[in-house]
Amino acid sequence: MIGLTHYLTLAAILFTIGVFGIFVNRKNIIVILMSIELILLAVNINLVAFSVFLHDVVGQIFAMFVLTVAAAEAAVGLAILVTFFRNRGDIAVDDASVMKG
Amino acid sequence: MALATIAFYLMATVTVLAALAVVTARNPVHSVLFLITSFFSAAGLFVLMGAEFLAMLLVVVYVGAVAVLFLFVVMMLDVDFKSLRQGFAQYLPVGLIIAGILTVEMIVVSTAVATQGAASKVTGPQASAPDVSNAETIGRVLYTDYAYFFQAAGLVLLVAMIGAIVLTLRHKPGVKRQNIAAQTLRGPKSGMTIVDIKPGAGEGE
Repeated sequence: MIGLTHYLTLAAILFTIGVFGIFVNRKNIIVILMSIELILLAVNINLVAFSVFLHDVVGQIFAMFVLTVAAAEAAVGLAILVTFFRNRGDIAVDDASVMKG
Repeated sequence: MALATIAFYLMATVTVLAALAVVTARNPVHSVLFLITSFFSAAGLFVLMGAEFLAMLLVVVYVGAVAVLFLFVVMMLDVDFKSLRQGFAQYLPVGLIIAGILTVEMIVVSTAVATQGAASKVTGPQASAPDVSNAETIGRVLYTDYAYFFQAAGLVLLVAMIGAIVLTLRHKPGVKRQNIAAQTLRGPKSGMTIVDIKPGAGEGE
């Protein structure tokens, strides 16, 4: 029987993979953005699992808002990335400090 | 019940393995494709829990929009991805240690919450109100109690859209554009001149 523990464990593993991805791909900002998406997916799994196992629909609604913010974040992040690439001809995050506001 | 258990372990394994492939793949295009796989199986898990509406939302928003956006950007940017992988081996040990600690901590806390928290007294999963579909259950709460939050979410998306356009829009100098106001204001007086040419002289510039 699959219970709440199983889903929470899966979300924990996914979250950690996301954090791990940010650690090991420090230069590749595209993979960093994908890792953030993985982290938000883990959060969503947590929210939905609690919503389902507590019989409270609000968790699913909050997961929807998280999904909205994740989509907006991806769009703006990739737009910044494209602008950065146009200015620098490269996407190495080490040079990103030149932006300085 | 056994079938649901098998389905859970199948989709959970695919989700985790695809997520691992996302962060370790050499080619970012493969990363995006594995991200799509991961989201797809996560949507399957949502269906398994009974949250069908969010599962479909995940497929439409992530696989249909966000992942394709990633794919476009990865293929559009002409970047040497090999140089971006420098430091992968260097950061690997630290990353593994931190990931291990984080996983153990979160699983311990999750198990404690799931077995002794408020959810331990509830019997069985239930994603929707009785006799109502999942989408209707969400709609009943979303459009009443959370109507303002729903509007705010729309505003967030609008701001993101305008922001993305403002960031990536650029005007190249020297590109001829249509000026409709100038076009429609043009009349016979401004559009035509009568030049008096003397016989035999021809028309000079």
